[in-house]
Amino acid sequence: MNVNWYLVLSAFIFAIGAAGVMTRRNPLVILLCLELMLNAGNLALIAFSRMWGNGDGQVFALVVMVVAACEVVVGLGVIVAMYRRRLNIDVDELSELRG
Amino acid sequence: MWFEQVMFFVGAIGALAGAAGVVLLRNPFYSVLALVGHLFSLALLFLLLRAQFLAAAQLIVYAGAVMVLYVFVVAYVGGTDQPLGPEVAGLRKLGALFAVAVGAELCVAIIGSGLSKLDTHGAKVDAGFGTPAQIGQLLLNRFLIPFEIASYLLLIAAVGALVLARRRRGHPDAGAIEQIGHAPPLEGVR
Repeated sequence: MNVNWYLVLSAFIFAIGAAGVMTRRNPLVILLCLELMLNAGNLALIAFSRMWGNGDGQVFALVVMVVAACEVVVGLGVIVAMYRRRLNIDVDELSELRG
Repeated sequence: MWFEQVMFFVGAIGALAGAAGVVLLRNPFYSVLALVGHLFSLALLFLLLRAQFLAAAQLIVYAGAVMVLYVFVVAYVGGTDQPLGPEVAGLRKLGALFAVAVGAELCVAIIGSGLSKLDTHGAKVDAGFGTPAQIGQLLLNRFLIPFEIASYLLLIAAVGALVLARRRRGHPDAGAIEQIGHAPPLEGVR
């Protein structure tokens, strides 16, 4: 398969994730859409790694997975804290992070 | 060669359908399930690109661990039960418009750049490409410092999540916190 196909697919996934981040209001779904965007980046990195026959891109994708896991953990922690404080789970109504 | 193409289109359609499901489904629980399907399709694509170790890590770390965390939090917080506040008029349409613009721009950039002139199926690689042995060699030789920084980042994120989500004693909302903490949390998921 030509590498360009993978790149166009990753662009589509990135655009869908960006659409979700901009249109949805539930922070849980926004985190899921961020995962979509990071995965699109991973797909492009691995496609380039295959194109050059070089493993560096795969290591980069692994680091992106680590960053995504950290982002999920902290984001879910914030959401649980919001729920404990009985705040509304809606990004439009939350404008400050002061505890 | 035709088998690779069939598998690519199976994976691509699965990935796009999963991504669309994440964005379009109303219930966050179904969005998480759609993302699991998306991750499985992406693992198939990673295998086609000779990234065996990353495909396995994707399935075990993402679809296994991270998605279970998501399901727990969705079950704890609940679905979209509470009505959302009034919406700013036209903002949603504007967001969708921007997303379409981003997608078109990326496609133009990829197709219009010199990449299309390369028209490559990838370099010739030996059988050991993308195996755990090769990735481990790279991680512990050439990328040792990024590897250590990544492990510190994971530690910091774990501690940060504990600090964020802990119960605060003596806080004005402490009564409410206790009440919520003992309520059956699963009723929110429909």
